[in-house]
Amino acid sequence: MASRRTSSWWTVWGLLILVWAAFPLAWMVSLSFKDPNTFRSSTPTFLPKDWSWANYDSVFSDSLFTSALRNSFGISIIATTLSVVVAMFAAYAIARLDFPLKKVLLSMALAIAMFPQAALVGPLFDMWRRLGIYDTWIGLIIPYLTFALPLSIWTMSAFFRQIPWEMEQAAQVDGATQWQAFRKVIVPMAAPGVFTTAILTFFFCWNEFLLATSLTSTDKARTVPAALTFFTGQSQFQSPITSIMAASVVVTIPVVIIVLLFQRRIVAGLTSGAVKG
Amino acid sequence: MTTVAARPEAASPKPVDVGRKKKPALTERSRHERRLGLSLSAPAFIVMIIVTAYPLIYAVVLSLYRYRLTDPQGKKFVGLSNYVTVLTDPIWWNDFVTTAVITIVSVVVELVLGFCFAWVMYRVIQGRSLVRTGILVPYGIITVVSAYIWRYAFQLDSGFVNQWLGMEDYNWFGGRWSSMFVIIMSEIWKTTPFISLLLLAGLVQVPMELQEAAEVDGATAWQRVYKVTLPNMKAAIMVALLFRTLDAWRIFDNPFVMTNGANNTETLSFLAYRQNVTLVNLGAGSAVSVLLFFTVVVIAFIFIKGFKTDLSQVRGDG
Repeated sequence: MASRRTSSWWTVWGLLILVWAAFPLAWMVSLSFKDPNTFRSSTPTFLPKDWSWANYDSVFSDSLFTSALRNSFGISIIATTLSVVVAMFAAYAIARLDFPLKKVLLSMALAIAMFPQAALVGPLFDMWRRLGIYDTWIGLIIPYLTFALPLSIWTMSAFFRQIPWEMEQAAQVDGATQWQAFRKVIVPMAAPGVFTTAILTFFFCWNEFLLATSLTSTDKARTVPAALTFFTGQSQFQSPITSIMAASVVVTIPVVIIVLLFQRRIVAGLTSGAVKG
Repeated sequence: MTTVAARPEAASPKPVDVGRKKKPALTERSRHERRLGLSLSAPAFIVMIIVTAYPLIYAVVLSLYRYRLTDPQGKKFVGLSNYVTVLTDPIWWNDFVTTAVITIVSVVVELVLGFCFAWVMYRVIQGRSLVRTGILVPYGIITVVSAYIWRYAFQLDSGFVNQWLGMEDYNWFGGRWSSMFVIIMSEIWKTTPFISLLLLAGLVQVPMELQEAAEVDGATAWQRVYKVTLPNMKAAIMVALLFRTLDAWRIFDNPFVMTNGANNTETLSFLAYRQNVTLVNLGAGSAVSVLLFFTVVVIAFIFIKGFKTDLSQVRGDG
């Protein structure tokens, strides 16, 4: 149907989409290499006049950023792991078992996906202070795990439905219990879906800002998105702009790597659950 | 793999189950199944109730009190007066308008742009996976980072935009609508990939034969899009629209980073944050929280009942 000519037109449009996606990133990288003392101007340019690594040196020597990076990785990885485990059990039950409250569980997940997190910052702020988990890792991990659950449950139950469940029955006929059948037969087949879900959940936790800025107050638990808003220049006369961009480049690198490695899985995961976390 | 594809599987219950349900007494096996199902989903239930249901009820209770963390002794039951205060304050309505404008403009633009992107990704042959990889980067990038990128591109002392457009010293962040324009740009850049992938999932479900039949019948390209493709994608479009609308309605990161609410660019989520966290005015703040929650319920209700958005596909329970 598509002649060579129309096909090359689609390639041109595809290139335009790539430019659209990459252009702001190029700006971020360019700004991060500008000299922090001289980049400000009444006629700013897109590319740096003097390329400089100074911003990268300064963000990595700043404990605000390095501790935030540690918090971001730690909190995101723990929250992702917990969320995926909790959701895996629920998704298995949804895809596989007939039990009361199944509809309630699905509706509740849907409600939480639509929930305005900002409506919770007040009560959580107060509750977390009373419980003594304000400004701690666990204080962020708990809400992250919760808000990632709907996405995790949907994505995984969509993947789980495609698993040939006869294999599980066959294992049960051979004398395995339902739990053994789940662990030994299903888990290996379900692993790709679980992995994809983990990627999407990680993106959600890595990105989260509202709760991160509301439920933390120090370097102890502040994640990168929240820490970025606290950046200051090295002196009071220096603007933090180029440092913020250098830090932004650093935290975008993991995203780019994950996208490059797992593009197919992410697309499959996004379109199966049809919901963003 | 897609929501639409998952439907037939989900909609056909296992015949064994149907028979079993009708029996008055549960067999040993089905009792075991019910127990297992409940215990497997119990952790998810517990976490969701602790983190959302309980705090929401707590917010409703707090909203009936005058309660500031800076003055805990002054906690006093005031009935609905916090709601009256919030709803008669121009700030609430101002933030409501800002949120509505950002939501409507960005969702409409994203839907059109997202559809074009989906169409290109569907048709492009050379470099197909490159395009899909490229589009995922804005999806995965941190929203705060996106906000800074766009802010600094438009900011007077650092941005290239005015130089490129020949606008000299026009201050984008000096007025309400131009600030909102930049906020919306960032929002669109960051979230169009998500919407375009959902639409792509719907697009690949449209039977090719329908397109070809329409072409044979002499339909023009535009007619094929309007009369064949779009109606067949209705379910995917509505689901994408519902989730993006609710997502945009909760916008917080972009205005926080770009304007910090200056020039009447504060949104409803921002107001809830400011009252509760910055001013620690938990009484009135909770009233804002409850009202914000209520607006989300109304939007979801309009989509589900009014536009008949079929969420069974999303929920996956057929």
